[in-house]
Amino acid sequence: MAGGLLTNLIAAATITAALAGCSEADFTDAEKRTIVSMSLSALAPLASDPTNSFADDPGAAALGATLFFDTGMSRDGNVACGTCHKIDRQFQDDLPRGVGVGETNRRTMPLAGVARDPFFFWDGRRDSLWSQALVPLENVLEHAGTRTAYAHYLKRRFGERYERIFRPLPDLSTLPASAGPFGTPAEKAAWAGMSDAQREGVDRIFSDIGKAIAAFERSLVHGKTRFDRFADAVAQGRAPSAEDALSAEEGQGLRLFIGKANCSTCHTGPRFTDNHFHNTAVPPVAGLPADRGRIAVVDEVLADPFNCVGKFRDGGEEACGELRFMQKSSPELVRAYKTPSLRNVAGRPPYMHAGQFATLEQVVNHYATAPKSVEGESEIHAVALSEGERAALVAFLKTLSD
Amino acid sequence: MTSAWRMVVGAFGLVALAIGFLSVVFLTAPAAPGPDLARSKNSAKGLYALSIAPEAGEPRQGELHAWVVTVKTRQGAPVEGAAISVGGGMPEHAHGLPTSPEATAYLGDGRYRIEGMKFSMPGWWQLKLGVSAPAGTDEATFNLVL
Ligand SMILES: [Cu+2]
Repeated sequence: MAGGLLTNLIAAATITAALAGCSEADFTDAEKRTIVSMSLSALAPLASDPTNSFADDPGAAALGATLFFDTGMSRDGNVACGTCHKIDRQFQDDLPRGVGVGETNRRTMPLAGVARDPFFFWDGRRDSLWSQALVPLENVLEHAGTRTAYAHYLKRRFGERYERIFRPLPDLSTLPASAGPFGTPAEKAAWAGMSDAQREGVDRIFSDIGKAIAAFERSLVHGKTRFDRFADAVAQGRAPSAEDALSAEEGQGLRLFIGKANCSTCHTGPRFTDNHFHNTAVPPVAGLPADRGRIAVVDEVLADPFNCVGKFRDGGEEACGELRFMQKSSPELVRAYKTPSLRNVAGRPPYMHAGQFATLEQVVNHYATAPKSVEGESEIHAVALSEGERAALVAFLKTLSD
Repeated sequence: MTSAWRMVVGAFGLVALAIGFLSVVFLTAPAAPGPDLARSKNSAKGLYALSIAPEAGEPRQGELHAWVVTVKTRQGAPVEGAAISVGGGMPEHAHGLPTSPEATAYLGDGRYRIEGMKFSMPGWWQLKLGVSAPAGTDEATFNLVL
């Protein structure tokens, strides 16, 4: 009799718990603090960018948006920034590697929140949003254009807008139609044949193009997700509304994410990234050129004429701490790649810096098993996760979508 | 109430008291003892007394910031002209600092500014300071928890 009653009570309690899903009451105070710290509500306001005087100029942002979607900003007239950074696809392209004029070696990154990064690209080979924007314009696999061609095009199509925002344009009439440091041999020779003043005049226009595009990109932000609404309820010490509550599986995944699975060690804070670079033994893609990650681009970012210590930076050199104090020689930089944000991650397979994994399940399996890196040391240590725990992690990641 | 019942109730009361007492002890006992968080200590060989302080408020995760290191002899005299090296990392993650901080200025009175510090993750960090001055070369490790 009494035993039967007890069994019934336990069964009733179990059913109630299952129906209630995962309430905020299930988490410890320490877990709750971590959960609250990952809410979009915890994101600090976007800092100003003193290296770009036009970063918060609406006219510059509008011109930047025009340029971002203008296929005229390419050698063959078929490639814009928006070709790979698709506006209706989280500003990425769903491909393992981006395709401009040709196929690149890297996965196109989504752009929400990008203005908060200290370094850009998967390997951090540029140190500002505006200097980043210049690289694809000249990359032969992306826009494949040249610096003087962009200057001529800008003057012809947007000269009046440019001058209203930035500065008077120099006389470009005597400059080669297409010349630059990364073009064909003839274009490189034409660039070398220009005077220092001519090259600097073109570089100034080129850097302003980057600053306009950066001003536009600063407006790209993450939207609130179910996780954020859940975390905000936790912050306020109230029960989440029925549609924002996490299921028991999602709640289990969240607890693993910030606990045993160690995901939040790197995927930390409201953007789910530590803005740093890590070797996590992501395998190379057969057929692609050797790729050593962060270590391979240290010299490149230090030598970039458009970097923070170069003459095209606005404001004072005190803004250049990230470049000045960046890690330059640590063995940890070998095959280290940027920790990507996980916001909206479920909606943009494939994953990793060259689209190595097709599904989130594969990603979770990679981190759980922690294989050895082909070069350098992986920072990942294997974690024993059951099938159910892996599925729970994936279920949680899906709550990070709008 | 019979005396037998009184004994039963009394026994329950004692057990409840004991459980209450134990739970208070258990709940207020410190969790696993954390690292030593002292911001002033003698260097390993005892040559110097070092203290550290963030230059502008407690550091926040992910923000580049500066520390001021004060170097004195064990007798309390400020040490000038020392070469300060900066290292460290996260002992539990087996990685180093995410940046390469440097001593960038001598501020007088044995104080040196360390710029370029960043703690990219929450958790236990170590800051290892090397000091080279006429009295000799020594080092000290400070623990910080974010
Ligand atoms: Cu760490």
